Amino acid sequence: MSESQFAFEMRGITKRFPGVLANDNVDFAVREGEIHALLGENGAGKSTLMNMLNGLYRPDEGQIFIKDQAVRFSSPREAINHGIGMVHQHFMLVPTQSVAENLILGQSAPRFYINYSELEAQVAELSEKFGLAVDPRAKIWQLSVGEQQRVEVLKMLYQGAKILIMDEPTAVLTPQEVTDLFDTLRSMTASGHTIVFISHKLDEVVAIADRVTVLQRGRVTATVEGKDTTKAELARLMVGREVLFRIQKAPAQPGAEALVIENISCENDRGLPALRNLSLTVRAGEVVGIAGVAGNGQTELAEVIAGLRAATEGRVIVQGQEVTGKRVAAGEQSEASKGGSWDIQVSLDIGDSSINLSKGDERPEKQAAPIMVSEGLAYIPADRTGVGSSPNLSLIDNLILKAYRRPPIGKGWRIDLSLAREQAEKLVEQFNVMTPNVDTPARLLSGGNLQKLILAREISSRPKVIIAVYPVRGLDVGAIEAIHQMLIDERNRGTAILLISEDLDELLSLSDRIVVVFEGQIMGEVPPEDERVDEIGLMMAGTRVEAVHAS
Amino acid sequence: MELASLVFIVNIIGAGLRTGTPLLFATLGEIITERSGVLNLGVEGMMLAGALAGFAVSYGTGNPWFGVMAGMLAGGTLSLLNGLVAITLRGDQVVSGLALTFVGRGLTSVLGVAYVQIREVPRLPTVRLPFMYDVPLIGPNILWPLFGEQNIVLYLGFLLVPAVWFWVERTRPGLHLRAVGEKPAAADAVGINVAAQRYLYVFVGGAFAGLAGASLSLAITPLWIDDMTAGQGWIAVGLVIFAGWNPWRAVLGAYIFGALRRLPLDLQAVGWLPFASNPILGVWLEMIPYLFTIVALIFSSREAIRKRLGAPAALGIPYIRGERGA
Ligand SMILES: Nc1ncnc2c1ncn2[C@@H]1O[C@H](COP(=O)(O)OP(=O)(O)OP(=O)(O)O)[C@@H](O)[C@H]1O
Ligand SMILES: [Mg+2]
Repeated sequence: MSESQFAFEMRGITKRFPGVLANDNVDFAVREGEIHALLGENGAGKSTLMNMLNGLYRPDEGQIFIKDQAVRFSSPREAINHGIGMVHQHFMLVPTQSVAENLILGQSAPRFYINYSELEAQVAELSEKFGLAVDPRAKIWQLSVGEQQRVEVLKMLYQGAKILIMDEPTAVLTPQEVTDLFDTLRSMTASGHTIVFISHKLDEVVAIADRVTVLQRGRVTATVEGKDTTKAELARLMVGREVLFRIQKAPAQPGAEALVIENISCENDRGLPALRNLSLTVRAGEVVGIAGVAGNGQTELAEVIAGLRAATEGRVIVQGQEVTGKRVAAGEQSEASKGGSWDIQVSLDIGDSSINLSKGDERPEKQAAPIMVSEGLAYIPADRTGVGSSPNLSLIDNLILKAYRRPPIGKGWRIDLSLAREQAEKLVEQFNVMTPNVDTPARLLSGGNLQKLILAREISSRPKVIIAVYPVRGLDVGAIEAIHQMLIDERNRGTAILLISEDLDELLSLSDRIVVVFEGQIMGEVPPEDERVDEIGLMMAGTRVEAVHAS
Repeated sequence: MELASLVFIVNIIGAGLRTGTPLLFATLGEIITERSGVLNLGVEGMMLAGALAGFAVSYGTGNPWFGVMAGMLAGGTLSLLNGLVAITLRGDQVVSGLALTFVGRGLTSVLGVAYVQIREVPRLPTVRLPFMYDVPLIGPNILWPLFGEQNIVLYLGFLLVPAVWFWVERTRPGLHLRAVGEKPAAADAVGINVAAQRYLYVFVGGAFAGLAGASLSLAITPLWIDDMTAGQGWIAVGLVIFAGWNPWRAVLGAYIFGALRRLPLDLQAVGWLPFASNPILGVWLEMIPYLFTIVALIFSSREAIRKRLGAPAALGIPYIRGERGA
């Protein structure tokens, strides 16, 4: 082996979790100064492999070499001392601290007293050098996701990382931010850094990677040169079959108005206006896509419809019933709720408290209204662990969250556990959730599998209206294809679907109509045609549809 | 202003400074502990342990400073029980804190029997600052009665507040303390030992509670009486929330509540208020600090409200490495 051709090498790495073989005899070598993409389905073991390189986990078998030296890390600190830094899938920043404070966290200097003005000047200089513009004094919670990511990269550079691992860095970025990030990454490799890049977005991988390694169910299946490969080949290597990138669908057959939003206004978490007098209608059997840059009121819109956020004005009408300000009654049947008896409300509170804790505060006041939403509203939230699932409950419990109260699973005051198990196993199989068994707590699922679990619960409740927020964020191509197919099947069954997404490809492929929002208002409506992308872009930046056509 | 009412007000403030000082120590300690992400509801128990240990050692050795050290050690050691449950065993911190209070009360009640009769114990010294009297205008009637002749623990309180603030907000160890309490996963990812940090600050918080107890039994009311803290530990827990986890705001709260504890007595002496003629009303006044504490605890147990008040994000949540969504 030639001397120091590799920045690092992992040989024969095996890692087991209870019931899961996450990495199986993996060999992974990355050359110095390259951008090496790591690809694989959800749960293939990418994050696990990199967490071992980063010292967060220890391999059960196998060895890690840096410049032909065997190393063994027992903590991330030791990894960073060897020049290995990782930007995690979920950011590892302290929200209440400033950018500068986050950079020196865990560092050996300063020893005691922190000289803030000096430190901030130092940080400003570093951020200038790598073109990572960010205010050193800003608190993390004030920053956009893209800026937070810049802080993560800065932090690693500040700590002297030569090898930078980025776990799905682009999953939450806008297209412009992705472009900026890629510029940064290229300038970093030019100055001698090595980058491992995990992504599910094959276009990006093809665009930026020098080489690509593909993992499948914990094993390496291929390493290919970036310039010789194509999206289709990578997808095949990952999933083991051909993948459809755009779903085939028949023209929509819109029926009656299923979801009507009338002049809705609401505030965001900081008390600023998030929606301003927004009106929208979704009919049965159609998909309406909401396009917009993140933070323009999309998530608030979904929360208002789902009853998780109080509207300051306006009405939400589902299947002809006004539901404004009432909570989602988790698929409660009309017959049961019409009685409006007390025990239903009590059980509701028990049922939902475990998933809504973090939201408790923003719940609308009218939550105890005796008539609950009973018209089959399904909500697929952006926050999968906080709102969409209950991380410490088993898969069974998570899957019956909407069904435990009524037959056949709910039997009077008790729950038919064997039936629940049976149905959970069926759903896990049908929706292809990768898990050792249905008793596993939901928190142990990989991101993609958790999303499939939520979809399984929501779709199996036979909804009339689905609100889907970023439904495929962080998912692999195979899973995206499967989930898109599920949503289209639902639409063909006559369900009204409101799809909120940042991914224009997804919107174009699924939607029957696209509505663009900007600062809580609708800029206009566009048919989902590839030629209209520029138009959509202009509207996302705040131009009204009339103005677009006038120019 | 009329001299009589000035004296009245100065008296109340002076009483606030004195009776508020143990509260201030306990509150500062709990702030430190909670900012590292651990909730310790056992302040009452740790204060009692500190009060008895301080009293006994001061009596035995004849040196009140040994007493203070023993009190701090006792409070700190007891707090490690809560640390063990909260950090290592990842149990419920509310339950372990309550248990700690029971342990502290039970232990001191049994071990303290022998000391109840003792009236003379070496006390912490009083500091005289004669120049306070000589300040023109406000010297004789305001500065002197407030600061001229007070127990040394008061001045210790004045020093500790900026020291704690500086430690938490301006130093590297303080940065780590805050990180561990706000987002332990981020601290862990850069190699900070989350458990060690939390144990350290649980101990420091306990030592502060012990100091609070010892200052009570060696300076403010130099005696040992069974259950002598009379719920002050709980008031401190409430004050942490009132202070928004900020040491400067803790000062205000502690002194106000110190004054409130004295107020019933003082108000009963004012002839034209109904309290003088009707002692039952005084009982209602005495309830104020405890009512406040109950309200504060109700508030603090609602997570959403706690967030809004600025509680450390990881307060009360055990840290497990690699936990998704942590
Ligand atoms: N701490 C853990 N305990 C138990 N099982 C785990 C743990 N972490 C990961 N796993 C399991 O190991 C497997 C690999 O997970 P990993 O997070 O590495 O996948 P991934 O390739 O990063 O997926 P994704 O693309 O969804 O992020 C999954 O089956 C996951 O459920
Ligand atoms: Mg991952």
